[in-house]
Amino acid sequence: MGSEFNRRDAIKRAMAIGVVAIPSASLLSACATSSGGDKNKPVATGTKSASNPLGVKNGAPLEAFVFKGGFGDDYIKAAESAYNTTYGTTVKHTGTQAIGPKLQPRFANNTPPDFMDNSGADNLDTAALAKEGKLLDLTPLLDAPTIDDPAKKVRDVLIAGTVEQGQYGSQAMYALNYAFTVYGSWYSNKLFQAKGWTYPKTFDEMIALGAKAKAAGVALFTYPGKYPYYVHFDLFAQIGKVGGKDVLNAIDDLEDGAFQVDAVKQVVGYYEELAAKKYFLAGSEGKTHIQMQTDWTKGKAALVADGSWVENEAAPTMPKDFDLAVGPLVGGGDSDKLPYGTLYAAAGEPFIVAANGKNPAGGMELLRIMLAKKQTDNFTNTIKSLTCVAGSAEGLTLTPGLASASVALKAAGANVLNARIQDWYVKLNQETIGNLTAQLLTGQITAAKWIEGAQKASDATKKDSSVPKFKHL
Amino acid sequence: MRHGKYRFIIGFLAIPLALYGVLVISPFVQDFQISLTDWTGLTPDKHYIGFDNYRKIIHNHLFWQSLWHNVLLLLIVPVVTLALGLFFAFMLNVGGRRKGSASVAGVRGSGAYKIIFFFPQVLSVAVIAILWQQIYNPDPEEGVLNVVLHGIGLGSQTQSWLGDPKLALACIMAVMVWANVGFYVVLFSAGMSSIPTEIYEASLLDGANRTTTFFRVTLPLLSDTVATGWVYMGIIAMDAFAYVQLMSVNNGGPNEKTDVVPLLLFKTAFRDNSQYGLAAAMGVAMLLVTLVFAVLTLRLSRRERIEF
Repeated sequence: MGSEFNRRDAIKRAMAIGVVAIPSASLLSACATSSGGDKNKPVATGTKSASNPLGVKNGAPLEAFVFKGGFGDDYIKAAESAYNTTYGTTVKHTGTQAIGPKLQPRFANNTPPDFMDNSGADNLDTAALAKEGKLLDLTPLLDAPTIDDPAKKVRDVLIAGTVEQGQYGSQAMYALNYAFTVYGSWYSNKLFQAKGWTYPKTFDEMIALGAKAKAAGVALFTYPGKYPYYVHFDLFAQIGKVGGKDVLNAIDDLEDGAFQVDAVKQVVGYYEELAAKKYFLAGSEGKTHIQMQTDWTKGKAALVADGSWVENEAAPTMPKDFDLAVGPLVGGGDSDKLPYGTLYAAAGEPFIVAANGKNPAGGMELLRIMLAKKQTDNFTNTIKSLTCVAGSAEGLTLTPGLASASVALKAAGANVLNARIQDWYVKLNQETIGNLTAQLLTGQITAAKWIEGAQKASDATKKDSSVPKFKHL
Repeated sequence: MRHGKYRFIIGFLAIPLALYGVLVISPFVQDFQISLTDWTGLTPDKHYIGFDNYRKIIHNHLFWQSLWHNVLLLLIVPVVTLALGLFFAFMLNVGGRRKGSASVAGVRGSGAYKIIFFFPQVLSVAVIAILWQQIYNPDPEEGVLNVVLHGIGLGSQTQSWLGDPKLALACIMAVMVWANVGFYVVLFSAGMSSIPTEIYEASLLDGANRTTTFFRVTLPLLSDTVATGWVYMGIIAMDAFAYVQLMSVNNGGPNEKTDVVPLLLFKTAFRDNSQYGLAAAMGVAMLLVTLVFAVLTLRLSRRERIEF
């Protein structure tokens, strides 16, 4: 018998092809190249009127694609049902955790959904989408009257900074960040009172508190080594407090030598000292944010740098009488450019509307509905988070952490900082500088090395033509 | 028989080959095509920029570091996994004390061991990674591994496992071995049970001990199975994406000491300003490395088939 087709050879060849094929075929083949051309023709808009300022067409379909994460998606469904009643249609709703992987092919095909909550770890790159002109400029929404008071424009009821947060280097606002997050060092009022501690105002007081806490068997700080950029919530804002907004803006704008200034040296030096004195909880460098929060709610560490979502996220392990509070940024003292009480707060949870969707007016209208008092109350009551609508929390019974954040925000007044490097240059902030921070906190590198490395990384990002650049206006 | 052979073969192979061409080969061709563009993956527009992406890769030390980690995985993980798999399978099937009339037997309780070894295989990679992330938890009071070390008086050996740049990759390798060894125990057991007992009896009569039996009888007769296992372990080692992504700190950290090319590719395509073209070029580079591995493996494992 002819033996050209011996089983062994056949298997070997199949294996050889398989070896080549299996490992890397997975990712890119899923999103194969596609043909161009706008397949979505926007539907004819309706007539604009006082009650319908954006000109939504009655009965026109609307597709919403929503991130279903820590906030869930019930609050959006509530707004959708209001939309359904008003415009005689049924919004097609999809809740998912994988916004990016699900929507990237649809954007590449020019068939995106109308309305998206672009959040979560797998989100779409808003900056890249904005640069490619795939997102609708939401300026008409900002200039439309609010639902509660037709005399007021949407623009006028948003908390300061919300509009800027959705801008990517021009006046156009591409994302409406619906939730308002207050960042800072979070602590248990109960623990502080029991130990007779007061929340410190300066780096020196913080280090003194560290010694006291250590004596009491509590670590001053803990952080999630798996996501070391959590520390940047404090670190970058402290740079802004010590050196003023210009110093922080220079870092955001990737200016030459932006990191080589005294304010940065002072702040990073402070972290070097904390690390040298071992005021961080042992093992922090290998933890997830959940493990960090659990250690902290158990009283192993006094403080965590976190956002106001921590109240909802850490709720499962937080004792009922924890009495959560947030402290404003600590700094160098009276020599700081901004006073004590300065806060890092920013709008988050970006909602976007596709520029070439079928019903862009409907997408904006749904956002307008979400900004109405009825919907913001629902959000704050059920999610325990502030919204980007100014004063929307007034008259509501707030949980301890939220109340504390609300008070801190009011006290800060105009002294609210927002480091844009965290959303403009995600890789630079989270990975490159994040890696440096991780080493700084374990004492592997000095503050000087951190600054040198951060400057080098910033310069490299500036030179990299594939990274879209943004500037403070 | 010989008459209609080719028609027969073509008849049977045409459809699978066509499917293979469309679903497997064409994405590779497209991948190469995309790697020559500056495509972001977000729009239909892309521009051809020649070999710029490849130039970028060559000058990217992170790529070389990640590739080196893949090579390390490729050199270490399959060897350790297969060696352990062979050892355990041998002990379970042949390595036991002889009792009664049975001349070839496994160690006592080998049936139960087989189930225990195989257990990780029924868990998904995600479950395994999360499980081990908890075991590696650096907390001296909560991390299982550290608590155990403390408990047996080795408190000085507690580590910040995944947070230590020197240890992190080794820790991830250990999990990959743990997760895969059971499959090879079962695979090699099946291979060993097909070896006729007469051969073992003959070697026994000649006075061979366990070690000699293993190296002179079992291993040569299993070489085909081992070669197959080698290739599959190689694939797992070249990937390692899920393990590293789920377990490592800061996505391939600490300090990028656990980054592997598939993870770098993923980050480039989906996170880092959506650089699909650059990611595609990394995919092509990965393909080349895997090709070299496949060719080398098949060359080195080429030997005469032993009939029995």
